[in-house]
Amino acid sequence: MVRIVLTPQLQRFTETPEVEAIAATLRDALEASFAANPQLRGYVLDEQGHLRKHVAIFIDGQMLRDRQNLSVSLTPDSEVYVLQALSGG
Amino acid sequence: MSQRAWIATRKGLFQVLLDTHAGGPAAWRIASSSFIGEPVSMVLPGSSTHPMIAALKLGHFGVKCHASDDWGDSWHEIATPAYPSQPEDAQDEPPWKLEQIWSLAAANGVIWAGTLPGGLFSSKDCGASWQLNESLWDRPERLEWFGGGYDVPGIHSICIDSRDTKRMLVGISCGGAWLTRDDGLSWELRAKGMNATYMPPDRTDEQNIQDPHAIAQCAGPPDTLWCQHHNGIWRSTDAGALWHEIKAPLSSFGFAVAAHPTDPDTAWFVPATADQQRVPVDSALCVNRTRDGGKSFETLRTGLPQKDCYDLVYRHGLAVSADGQHLMMGSTTGNLWASADAGESWQNISCNLPPIYAVRFEAVA
Repeated sequence: MVRIVLTPQLQRFTETPEVEAIAATLRDALEASFAANPQLRGYVLDEQGHLRKHVAIFIDGQMLRDRQNLSVSLTPDSEVYVLQALSGG
Repeated sequence: MSQRAWIATRKGLFQVLLDTHAGGPAAWRIASSSFIGEPVSMVLPGSSTHPMIAALKLGHFGVKCHASDDWGDSWHEIATPAYPSQPEDAQDEPPWKLEQIWSLAAANGVIWAGTLPGGLFSSKDCGASWQLNESLWDRPERLEWFGGGYDVPGIHSICIDSRDTKRMLVGISCGGAWLTRDDGLSWELRAKGMNATYMPPDRTDEQNIQDPHAIAQCAGPPDTLWCQHHNGIWRSTDAGALWHEIKAPLSSFGFAVAAHPTDPDTAWFVPATADQQRVPVDSALCVNRTRDGGKSFETLRTGLPQKDCYDLVYRHGLAVSADGQHLMMGSTTGNLWASADAGESWQNISCNLPPIYAVRFEAVA
């Protein structure tokens, strides 16, 4: 199962359930989180469906570079961390 | 009648109250705070037809809107304006992504939000949903707008005609002033007479590239509009059909303007040294007031720092109450001042607030 962990910084605004899901891509994994709490979508993605400029995602320890294409493949046991970037504060 | 005002800052929203005691002096005090640590770009005081709304500009997680029905004791998140999907062949330079809510206004239960990068949104359900005003967004002239103050163009002023709320004028940096007479179905440019010296000589009078820093409307008669422009001060008495330039003492440069609610000849400005410095003239803060339609000004300094002062008052940082007597002014340095005598004298409420973005009065019975 893919494990999706959201930064606790988001807890100031909304719930951040830790989710484990079957997800072939990053988009699938994020959708699993959004299904658990729909309000999360607007905090992580902008209205064009792109990763927000000052949100960082790490997949198995590697930072995601492409903010528009979220179809990057995951392994069955990937760990996805959605974090608050140090920029943007 | 007592007074309440709201202060939107870089690090939260503050409520200030004017306490009046029989026999004692009236004094403003900071009564409560909300969203400490978060940037609050604009606030709309509540009314009988809509809740109070705070627009947050979260550094990491985007713009968010919150509403309160109990003067900030509790808040709940409401919908945020969202731009439609950007067509692949769109000719815009800025992405269709909400960067900031820069202005909020309401009339007849409809809430209007002016935003960066240049979209005007409305809500008829107290912020449960928002609709982009497509007739303004689809104007071909919009592609000529450019950033002023921010990297992308934005709508900072929304002036709703108190006689007929279908008539509304918006101010855009940099995109001039636009008027609708039919509740936003159609729009016309209304910046004739303004002048932009930051443009090439043959384009200085072009209406669509003017940079009105702020436009304020006299609630009655609402055809009188005052504009603090990047290159000076302008006034219109015909709902923006023609603007006349006005020269103020010290400097005609600045950001803020407040229009008297009932006297079309009275307005207040906060002069600053143009253009790259943007600090008070001679490091001494003052307010310029005209009471004769801009023919003459009084420069008011009592109670304001007159030495080593570098406070800048942003475009929404000066407000006048519904009675035309109380003024409030907040600065980039976190100073907040109030006047109970139409600007003749000022009292400091706080010198320790975060940088102040907006000051708005709310009448309290």
